[in-house]
Amino acid sequence: MLRVDPIQEGIVLDHIRAGLGMRVFQELGLGEKGLTVALLMNVPSTKLSRKDMIKITGVPDLDLTKLGLLDPGITVNYIQGGAVARKVKPGLPERVAGLIRCRNPRCITSTEGYVAPEFTLVNPAAKEYRCSFCGERVRV
Amino acid sequence: MGAERALQGRSLVNASDLGLEEYESLFALAESIGRDPPAYAEACRGKILATLFYEPSTRTRLSFEAAMLRLGGQVLSVADPGTSSVAKGESLADSIRTVAGYADLIVLRHPKEGAAQLAAHYSPVPVINAGDGAREHPTQTLTDLYTIRTFKGRLRDLTVAVCGDLRYGRTVHSLLRGLRRYPGIRFFLISPEELRIPEPLRDELAADGIPLTEMPEMEAALPQADVLYMTRVQKERFFNEEDYLRLRDFYILTPERLGLLKEDGIVLHPLPRVTEIAYAVDADPRAVYFQQARLGMYVRMALIAAVLGVI
Repeated sequence: MLRVDPIQEGIVLDHIRAGLGMRVFQELGLGEKGLTVALLMNVPSTKLSRKDMIKITGVPDLDLTKLGLLDPGITVNYIQGGAVARKVKPGLPERVAGLIRCRNPRCITSTEGYVAPEFTLVNPAAKEYRCSFCGERVRV
Repeated sequence: MGAERALQGRSLVNASDLGLEEYESLFALAESIGRDPPAYAEACRGKILATLFYEPSTRTRLSFEAAMLRLGGQVLSVADPGTSSVAKGESLADSIRTVAGYADLIVLRHPKEGAAQLAAHYSPVPVINAGDGAREHPTQTLTDLYTIRTFKGRLRDLTVAVCGDLRYGRTVHSLLRGLRRYPGIRFFLISPEELRIPEPLRDELAADGIPLTEMPEMEAALPQADVLYMTRVQKERFFNEEDYLRLRDFYILTPERLGLLKEDGIVLHPLPRVTEIAYAVDADPRAVYFQQARLGMYVRMALIAAVLGVI
Protein backbone atom coordinates (compact mmCIF):
# COMPACT_ATOMS: atom_id res chain seq x y z
CA MET A 1 0.00 0.00 0.00
CA LEU A 2 1.09 3.56 -0.76
CA ARG A 3 2.45 5.24 2.35
CA VAL A 4 3.02 8.90 3.17
CA ASP A 5 5.26 9.71 6.07
CA PRO A 6 3.59 11.11 9.19
CA ILE A 7 4.03 14.85 9.58
CA GLN A 8 5.49 16.53 12.66
CA GLU A 9 3.97 20.01 12.38
CA GLY A 10 1.02 20.70 10.17
CA ILE A 11 -2.58 19.93 9.33
CA VAL A 12 -4.32 16.78 8.19
CA LEU A 13 -7.67 17.17 6.52
CA ASP A 14 -9.35 13.84 7.14
CA HIS A 15 -12.68 12.27 6.21
CA ILE A 16 -12.98 14.16 2.95
CA ARG A 17 -15.67 12.53 0.85
CA ALA A 18 -13.95 10.31 -1.76
CA GLY A 19 -13.52 12.22 -4.99
CA LEU A 20 -13.75 15.66 -3.38
CA GLY A 21 -10.08 15.92 -2.34
CA MET A 22 -8.91 17.62 -5.52
CA ARG A 23 -11.64 20.26 -5.28
CA VAL A 24 -10.78 20.94 -1.62
CA PHE A 25 -7.10 21.21 -2.63
CA GLN A 26 -7.96 23.72 -5.36
CA GLU A 27 -10.54 25.74 -3.44
CA LEU A 28 -8.17 26.22 -0.50
CA GLY A 29 -5.37 27.18 -2.90
CA LEU A 30 -3.01 24.67 -1.29
CA GLY A 31 -0.83 24.46 -4.38
CA GLU A 32 -0.09 28.18 -4.20
CA LYS A 33 1.20 28.47 -0.65
CA GLY A 34 4.68 26.94 -1.13
CA LEU A 35 3.89 24.18 1.35
CA THR A 36 4.61 20.48 1.11
CA VAL A 37 1.22 18.93 0.54
CA ALA A 38 0.11 15.34 -0.06
CA LEU A 39 -3.31 14.63 -1.55
CA LEU A 40 -4.39 11.05 -0.98
CA MET A 41 -7.39 9.74 -2.82
CA ASN A 42 -9.59 6.71 -2.25
CA VAL A 43 -7.91 5.78 1.01
CA PRO A 44 -9.67 2.81 2.70
CA SER A 45 -11.74 4.04 5.65
CA THR A 46 -13.75 2.19 8.29
CA LYS A 47 -16.13 5.16 8.58
CA LEU A 48 -16.59 6.10 4.93
CA SER A 49 -15.36 2.95 3.16
CA ARG A 50 -13.28 5.24 0.93
CA LYS A 51 -12.12 8.76 1.70
CA ASP A 52 -9.71 11.43 0.52
CA MET A 53 -7.11 13.02 2.79
CA ILE A 54 -4.81 16.01 2.56
CA LYS A 55 -1.62 16.31 4.59
CA ILE A 56 -0.05 19.73 4.85
CA THR A 57 3.30 20.57 6.43
CA GLY A 58 3.20 23.92 8.20
CA VAL A 59 0.07 25.59 9.52
CA PRO A 60 -1.50 27.82 6.88
CA ASP A 61 -4.66 29.84 7.60
CA LEU A 62 -7.47 27.65 6.33
CA ASP A 63 -10.87 29.07 5.45
CA LEU A 64 -12.96 26.79 7.68
CA THR A 65 -16.19 28.39 6.40
CA LYS A 66 -15.29 27.38 2.86
CA LEU A 67 -14.23 23.95 4.08
CA GLY A 68 -17.54 23.47 5.90
CA LEU A 69 -19.43 24.41 2.76
CA LEU A 70 -17.43 22.01 0.61
CA ASP A 71 -17.90 19.08 2.95
CA PRO A 72 -19.20 19.58 6.50
CA GLY A 73 -17.99 16.08 7.44
CA ILE A 74 -14.30 16.94 7.08
CA THR A 75 -12.10 16.70 10.18
CA VAL A 76 -9.27 19.20 10.55
CA ASN A 77 -6.45 17.71 12.64
CA TYR A 78 -3.80 20.14 13.86
CA ILE A 79 -0.55 18.21 14.34
CA GLN A 80 2.16 19.25 16.77
CA GLY A 81 5.24 17.16 17.59
CA GLY A 82 3.89 14.33 15.46
CA ALA A 83 0.66 14.04 17.48
CA VAL A 84 -2.86 15.41 17.04
CA ALA A 85 -3.02 18.55 19.20
CA ARG A 86 -6.53 19.66 18.21
CA LYS A 87 -9.42 18.40 16.10
CA VAL A 88 -11.93 20.72 14.48
CA LYS A 89 -15.12 19.78 12.63
CA PRO A 90 -16.03 22.86 10.60
CA GLY A 91 -19.61 21.70 9.95
CA LEU A 92 -22.01 23.81 7.89
CA PRO A 93 -21.43 27.50 8.60
CA GLU A 94 -24.41 29.50 9.93
CA ARG A 95 -23.46 32.53 7.83
CA VAL A 96 -21.52 32.72 4.61
CA ALA A 97 -20.35 35.94 2.98
CA GLY A 98 -18.66 36.23 -0.38
CA LEU A 99 -18.41 32.52 -1.18
CA ILE A 100 -21.79 31.87 -2.78
CA ARG A 101 -23.39 33.84 -5.58
CA CYS A 102 -27.14 34.23 -5.59
CA ARG A 103 -28.69 32.30 -8.46
CA ASN A 104 -31.82 34.43 -8.59
CA PRO A 105 -31.55 36.48 -11.80
CA ARG A 106 -33.84 39.10 -10.21
CA CYS A 107 -31.54 39.58 -7.20
CA ILE A 108 -29.81 42.96 -7.01
CA THR A 109 -26.47 41.17 -6.60
CA SER A 110 -26.84 39.76 -10.13
CA THR A 111 -26.22 43.23 -11.58
CA GLU A 112 -24.38 45.06 -8.80
CA GLY A 113 -21.30 42.84 -8.85
CA TYR A 114 -19.46 44.74 -6.09
CA VAL A 115 -21.89 43.47 -3.48
CA ALA A 116 -21.23 40.14 -1.78
CA PRO A 117 -24.50 38.68 -0.55
CA GLU A 118 -24.54 37.13 2.87
CA PHE A 119 -26.27 33.79 3.15
CA THR A 120 -27.89 32.39 6.29
CA LEU A 121 -28.32 28.67 6.85
CA VAL A 122 -32.05 27.88 6.90
CA ASN A 123 -32.15 24.11 6.36
CA PRO A 124 -29.02 22.20 7.41
CA ALA A 125 -30.37 18.82 6.20
CA ALA A 126 -30.77 20.16 2.67
CA LYS A 127 -27.68 22.43 2.90
CA GLU A 128 -30.01 25.30 2.06
CA TYR A 129 -29.06 28.95 2.54
CA ARG A 130 -31.10 32.16 2.18
CA CYS A 131 -29.79 35.24 0.38
CA SER A 132 -29.78 38.31 2.62
CA PHE A 133 -30.81 40.55 -0.27
CA CYS A 134 -33.57 38.76 -2.15
CA GLY A 135 -34.47 35.92 0.22
CA GLU A 136 -33.82 33.30 -2.48
CA ARG A 137 -32.95 29.88 -1.14
CA VAL A 138 -29.80 28.30 -2.52
CA ARG A 139 -28.60 24.75 -2.05
CA VAL A 140 -24.85 24.37 -1.87
CA MET B 1 -45.13 59.93 20.11
CA GLY B 2 -42.33 57.66 21.32
CA ALA B 3 -42.66 55.25 18.43
CA GLU B 4 -42.62 58.11 15.92
CA ARG B 5 -39.39 59.41 17.43
CA ALA B 6 -37.96 55.90 17.15
CA LEU B 7 -38.46 56.09 13.39
CA GLN B 8 -36.35 59.19 12.97
CA GLY B 9 -33.44 58.58 10.63
CA ARG B 10 -34.42 55.00 9.91
CA SER B 11 -34.83 53.35 6.52
CA LEU B 12 -37.86 51.26 5.68
CA VAL B 13 -36.90 48.27 3.54
CA ASN B 14 -39.29 45.51 4.62
CA ALA B 15 -42.79 45.70 6.05
CA SER B 16 -41.51 43.78 9.07
CA ASP B 17 -38.86 46.43 9.85
CA LEU B 18 -41.53 48.24 11.87
CA GLY B 19 -43.06 46.90 15.05
CA LEU B 20 -46.81 46.89 15.60
CA GLU B 21 -46.55 49.87 17.95
CA GLU B 22 -44.72 51.79 15.26
CA TYR B 23 -47.44 50.87 12.77
CA GLU B 24 -50.07 52.07 15.18
CA SER B 25 -48.23 55.28 15.84
CA LEU B 26 -48.01 55.98 12.09
CA PHE B 27 -51.71 55.17 11.64
CA ALA B 28 -52.65 57.52 14.46
CA LEU B 29 -50.53 60.27 12.89
CA ALA B 30 -52.02 59.58 9.43
CA GLU B 31 -55.48 59.85 10.96
CA SER B 32 -54.57 63.14 12.56
CA ILE B 33 -53.15 64.46 9.26
CA GLY B 34 -56.26 63.30 7.37
CA ARG B 35 -58.53 65.12 9.83
CA ASP B 36 -56.67 68.41 9.56
CA PRO B 37 -54.22 68.56 6.62
CA PRO B 38 -53.52 72.33 6.95
CA ALA B 39 -52.08 71.73 10.43
CA TYR B 40 -49.22 69.79 8.79
CA ALA B 41 -48.76 71.95 5.69
CA GLU B 42 -45.44 73.37 6.91
CA ALA B 43 -44.09 70.33 8.75
CA CYS B 44 -41.38 69.54 6.18
CA ARG B 45 -40.48 73.05 5.08
CA GLY B 46 -36.82 73.11 4.05
CA LYS B 47 -36.65 69.36 3.54
CA ILE B 48 -36.11 67.60 0.21
CA LEU B 49 -37.35 64.18 -0.83
CA ALA B 50 -35.73 62.44 -3.83
CA THR B 51 -37.73 59.86 -5.74
CA LEU B 52 -35.56 57.42 -7.69
CA PHE B 53 -37.74 55.17 -9.78
CA TYR B 54 -35.88 52.67 -11.92
CA GLU B 55 -39.09 51.18 -13.25
CA PRO B 56 -42.34 52.88 -14.13
CA SER B 57 -44.82 53.61 -11.35
CA THR B 58 -46.59 56.89 -11.78
CA ARG B 59 -49.01 56.15 -8.98
CA THR B 60 -46.63 55.38 -6.13
CA ARG B 61 -44.29 58.19 -7.18
CA LEU B 62 -47.17 60.68 -7.30
CA SER B 63 -48.39 59.51 -3.90
CA PHE B 64 -44.97 60.12 -2.33
CA GLU B 65 -44.50 63.43 -4.12
CA ALA B 66 -47.98 64.62 -3.16
CA ALA B 67 -47.30 63.56 0.43
CA MET B 68 -44.08 65.57 0.58
CA LEU B 69 -45.60 68.61 -1.12
CA ARG B 70 -48.57 68.57 1.27
CA LEU B 71 -46.09 68.59 4.15
CA GLY B 72 -44.50 71.73 2.74
CA GLY B 73 -41.33 69.97 1.56
CA GLN B 74 -39.82 69.80 -1.89
CA VAL B 75 -39.24 66.96 -4.29
CA LEU B 76 -36.39 65.92 -6.59
CA SER B 77 -37.34 63.35 -9.17
CA VAL B 78 -35.55 61.35 -11.85
CA ALA B 79 -37.97 61.79 -14.71
CA ASP B 80 -36.79 58.89 -16.83
CA PRO B 81 -34.22 56.39 -15.57
CA GLY B 82 -33.36 55.54 -19.18
CA THR B 83 -31.76 58.94 -19.64
CA SER B 84 -30.13 59.12 -16.23
CA SER B 85 -26.74 58.02 -15.02
CA VAL B 86 -28.00 54.43 -14.87
CA ALA B 87 -27.92 54.35 -18.64
CA LYS B 88 -24.26 55.40 -18.39
CA GLY B 89 -23.50 52.41 -16.20
CA GLU B 90 -23.39 54.03 -12.77
CA SER B 91 -23.84 51.57 -9.92
CA LEU B 92 -26.83 51.83 -7.61
CA ALA B 93 -24.52 52.40 -4.65
CA ASP B 94 -22.92 55.40 -6.36
CA SER B 95 -26.27 56.85 -7.50
CA ILE B 96 -27.62 56.58 -3.99
CA ARG B 97 -24.60 58.21 -2.36
CA THR B 98 -24.72 61.04 -4.89
CA VAL B 99 -28.43 61.71 -4.44
CA ALA B 100 -28.06 61.45 -0.66
CA GLY B 101 -25.89 64.56 -0.91
CA TYR B 102 -28.84 66.49 -2.34
CA ALA B 103 -31.80 65.13 -0.39
CA ASP B 104 -32.89 64.42 3.17
CA LEU B 105 -34.77 61.26 2.25
CA ILE B 106 -34.71 58.88 -0.73
CA VAL B 107 -37.65 56.91 -2.06
CA LEU B 108 -36.48 54.06 -4.27
CA ARG B 109 -38.25 51.77 -6.67
CA HIS B 110 -36.08 49.24 -8.45
CA PRO B 111 -36.79 46.12 -10.52
CA LYS B 112 -34.24 44.00 -8.64
CA GLU B 113 -35.00 42.20 -5.40
CA GLY B 114 -32.98 43.47 -2.46
CA ALA B 115 -32.20 46.82 -4.15
CA ALA B 116 -33.62 48.86 -1.27
CA GLN B 117 -31.55 46.95 1.24
CA LEU B 118 -28.43 47.65 -0.76
CA ALA B 119 -29.40 51.34 -1.05
CA ALA B 120 -30.09 51.61 2.68
CA HIS B 121 -26.68 50.08 3.37
CA TYR B 122 -24.86 52.71 1.32
CA SER B 123 -27.06 55.73 1.98
CA PRO B 124 -26.27 58.23 4.74
CA VAL B 125 -29.91 59.39 4.62
CA PRO B 126 -32.98 57.19 5.16
CA VAL B 127 -34.24 55.14 2.22
CA ILE B 128 -37.87 54.14 1.81
CA ASN B 129 -38.49 51.10 -0.35
CA ALA B 130 -41.19 51.86 -2.89
CA GLY B 131 -40.97 48.37 -4.37
CA ASP B 132 -38.00 46.10 -5.12
CA GLY B 133 -38.77 43.56 -7.82
CA ALA B 134 -41.25 40.95 -6.71
CA ARG B 135 -40.12 41.22 -3.10
CA GLU B 136 -41.43 44.01 -0.89
CA HIS B 137 -43.50 47.17 -1.06
CA PRO B 138 -43.81 48.21 2.58
CA THR B 139 -45.59 51.54 2.09
CA GLN B 140 -48.28 49.75 0.12
CA THR B 141 -48.62 47.51 3.18
CA LEU B 142 -48.93 50.58 5.40
CA THR B 143 -51.59 51.86 3.00
CA ASP B 144 -53.44 48.56 3.00
CA LEU B 145 -53.34 48.09 6.77
CA TYR B 146 -54.34 51.68 7.37
CA THR B 147 -57.27 51.28 4.97
CA ILE B 148 -58.42 48.11 6.71
CA ARG B 149 -58.05 49.78 10.11
CA THR B 150 -60.01 52.80 8.88
CA PHE B 151 -62.94 50.83 7.48
CA LYS B 152 -63.02 47.80 9.78
CA GLY B 153 -61.89 49.54 12.96
CA ARG B 154 -59.34 46.84 13.75
CA LEU B 155 -56.46 44.82 12.35
CA ARG B 156 -57.01 41.66 14.38
CA ASP B 157 -59.57 38.86 14.08
CA LEU B 158 -60.06 39.30 10.37
CA THR B 159 -60.57 36.90 7.49
CA VAL B 160 -58.65 38.27 4.53
CA ALA B 161 -59.08 36.88 1.02
CA VAL B 162 -56.32 37.77 -1.43
CA CYS B 163 -56.96 37.17 -5.10
CA GLY B 164 -54.92 37.22 -8.31
CA ASP B 165 -51.17 37.14 -8.79
CA LEU B 166 -49.90 35.86 -5.46
CA ARG B 167 -46.60 34.64 -6.86
CA TYR B 168 -45.07 37.79 -8.32
CA GLY B 169 -47.24 40.42 -6.65
CA ARG B 170 -45.00 42.13 -4.14
CA THR B 171 -47.90 44.04 -2.60
CA VAL B 172 -49.39 40.69 -1.65
CA HIS B 173 -46.17 39.41 -0.10
CA SER B 174 -45.78 42.54 1.98
CA LEU B 175 -49.46 42.48 2.97
CA LEU B 176 -49.33 38.86 4.13
CA ARG B 177 -46.17 39.54 6.13
CA GLY B 178 -47.69 42.68 7.60
CA LEU B 179 -50.97 41.06 8.62
CA ARG B 180 -49.57 37.83 9.97
CA ARG B 181 -48.33 39.64 13.06
CA TYR B 182 -51.86 40.45 14.24
CA PRO B 183 -53.78 37.86 16.26
CA GLY B 184 -56.80 36.10 14.81
CA ILE B 185 -55.87 36.59 11.14
CA ARG B 186 -57.01 33.97 8.63
CA PHE B 187 -56.13 33.96 4.92
CA PHE B 188 -57.88 32.70 1.83
CA LEU B 189 -55.36 32.74 -1.01
CA ILE B 190 -57.14 32.66 -4.35
CA SER B 191 -55.03 32.17 -7.46
CA PRO B 192 -54.45 29.93 -10.43
CA GLU B 193 -51.96 27.13 -9.81
CA GLU B 194 -49.21 29.02 -11.68
CA LEU B 195 -49.51 32.11 -9.48
CA ARG B 196 -49.69 30.60 -5.98
CA ILE B 197 -47.59 32.22 -3.24
CA PRO B 198 -43.89 31.32 -3.25
CA GLU B 199 -42.97 28.34 -1.12
CA PRO B 200 -40.71 30.23 1.34
CA LEU B 201 -43.55 32.64 2.13
CA ARG B 202 -45.98 29.76 2.59
CA ASP B 203 -43.46 28.17 4.98
CA GLU B 204 -43.13 31.45 6.92
CA LEU B 205 -46.89 31.70 7.39
CA ALA B 206 -47.17 28.04 8.31
CA ALA B 207 -44.38 28.42 10.88
CA ASP B 208 -46.43 31.16 12.52
CA GLY B 209 -49.47 28.87 12.60
CA ILE B 210 -51.57 31.23 10.45
CA PRO B 211 -54.72 29.48 9.17
CA LEU B 212 -54.38 29.58 5.42
CA THR B 213 -56.49 28.08 2.66
CA GLU B 214 -55.31 28.11 -0.95
CA MET B 215 -58.06 27.85 -3.54
CA PRO B 216 -58.44 28.28 -7.30
CA GLU B 217 -61.80 30.09 -7.15
CA MET B 218 -63.05 33.03 -5.12
CA GLU B 219 -66.69 32.03 -4.64
CA ALA B 220 -66.20 29.90 -1.53
CA ALA B 221 -64.11 32.55 0.24
CA LEU B 222 -66.32 35.61 -0.31
CA PRO B 223 -69.12 34.89 2.19
CA GLN B 224 -66.52 34.63 4.96
CA ALA B 225 -64.18 37.46 3.95
CA ASP B 226 -63.98 40.69 5.93
CA VAL B 227 -61.51 41.96 3.37
CA LEU B 228 -61.18 41.02 -0.30
CA TYR B 229 -57.84 42.16 -1.70
CA MET B 230 -57.77 42.07 -5.49
CA THR B 231 -54.52 42.29 -7.47
CA ARG B 232 -53.51 42.79 -11.04
CA VAL B 233 -51.78 40.08 -12.99
CA GLN B 234 -48.78 42.10 -14.12
CA LYS B 235 -47.48 41.70 -17.62
CA GLU B 236 -43.93 42.67 -16.66
CA ARG B 237 -43.69 39.71 -14.29
CA PHE B 238 -44.02 37.19 -17.11
CA PHE B 239 -41.33 36.02 -19.47
CA ASN B 240 -43.93 34.74 -21.89
CA GLU B 241 -46.81 36.81 -23.25
CA GLU B 242 -48.97 33.75 -23.92
CA ASP B 243 -48.95 32.87 -20.22
CA TYR B 244 -49.87 36.44 -19.36
CA LEU B 245 -52.80 36.55 -21.75
CA ARG B 246 -54.05 33.16 -20.59
CA LEU B 247 -54.01 34.09 -16.89
CA ARG B 248 -54.91 37.77 -16.99
CA ASP B 249 -58.67 37.36 -17.07
CA PHE B 250 -58.78 34.37 -14.77
CA TYR B 251 -60.21 36.19 -11.76
CA ILE B 252 -62.52 39.09 -12.29
CA LEU B 253 -64.67 40.60 -9.57
CA THR B 254 -68.11 41.14 -11.10
CA PRO B 255 -71.22 42.57 -9.40
CA GLU B 256 -72.55 38.99 -9.21
CA ARG B 257 -69.50 37.76 -7.35
CA LEU B 258 -69.50 40.87 -5.16
CA GLY B 259 -72.99 39.83 -4.12
CA LEU B 260 -71.39 36.87 -2.33
CA LEU B 261 -69.14 39.09 -0.19
CA LYS B 262 -70.10 39.72 3.45
CA GLU B 263 -72.40 42.71 3.95
CA ASP B 264 -69.69 44.55 5.85
CA GLY B 265 -66.78 43.24 3.79
CA ILE B 266 -64.53 45.65 1.92
CA VAL B 267 -62.75 45.40 -1.43
CA LEU B 268 -59.20 46.70 -1.70
CA HIS B 269 -56.92 46.97 -4.72
CA PRO B 270 -53.42 48.50 -4.92
CA LEU B 271 -54.29 50.01 -8.34
CA PRO B 272 -53.91 50.38 -11.24
CA ARG B 273 -56.78 48.10 -12.16
CA VAL B 274 -56.84 46.45 -15.56
CA THR B 275 -59.74 44.03 -15.93
CA GLU B 276 -59.83 42.31 -12.54
CA ILE B 277 -62.60 44.49 -11.08
CA ALA B 278 -65.60 45.33 -13.27
CA TYR B 279 -66.42 49.03 -13.38
CA ALA B 280 -69.94 48.21 -12.22
CA VAL B 281 -68.44 47.25 -8.85
CA ASP B 282 -67.13 50.79 -8.23
CA ALA B 283 -70.48 52.17 -7.09
CA ASP B 284 -70.79 49.62 -4.27
CA PRO B 285 -69.90 51.22 -0.91
CA ARG B 286 -67.78 48.18 -0.11
CA ALA B 287 -65.42 49.07 -2.98
CA VAL B 288 -62.97 51.31 -1.16
CA TYR B 289 -59.94 51.20 -3.49
CA PHE B 290 -60.01 54.87 -4.43
CA GLN B 291 -60.30 55.90 -0.77
CA GLN B 292 -57.40 53.47 -0.21
CA ALA B 293 -55.23 55.51 -2.62
CA ARG B 294 -55.98 58.71 -0.70
CA LEU B 295 -55.36 57.06 2.66
CA GLY B 296 -52.05 55.87 1.23
CA MET B 297 -50.98 59.45 0.73
CA TYR B 298 -51.81 60.29 4.36
CA VAL B 299 -49.89 57.32 5.71
CA ARG B 300 -46.91 58.25 3.51
CA MET B 301 -47.11 61.77 4.92
CA ALA B 302 -46.99 60.27 8.40
CA LEU B 303 -44.00 58.08 7.48
CA ILE B 304 -42.05 60.93 5.86
CA ALA B 305 -42.69 63.19 8.85
CA ALA B 306 -41.67 60.49 11.32
CA VAL B 307 -38.52 59.46 9.44
CA LEU B 308 -37.45 63.09 9.06
CA GLY B 309 -38.21 63.68 12.72
CA VAL B 310 -40.30 66.80 12.11
CA ILE B 311 -43.39 65.77 14.11
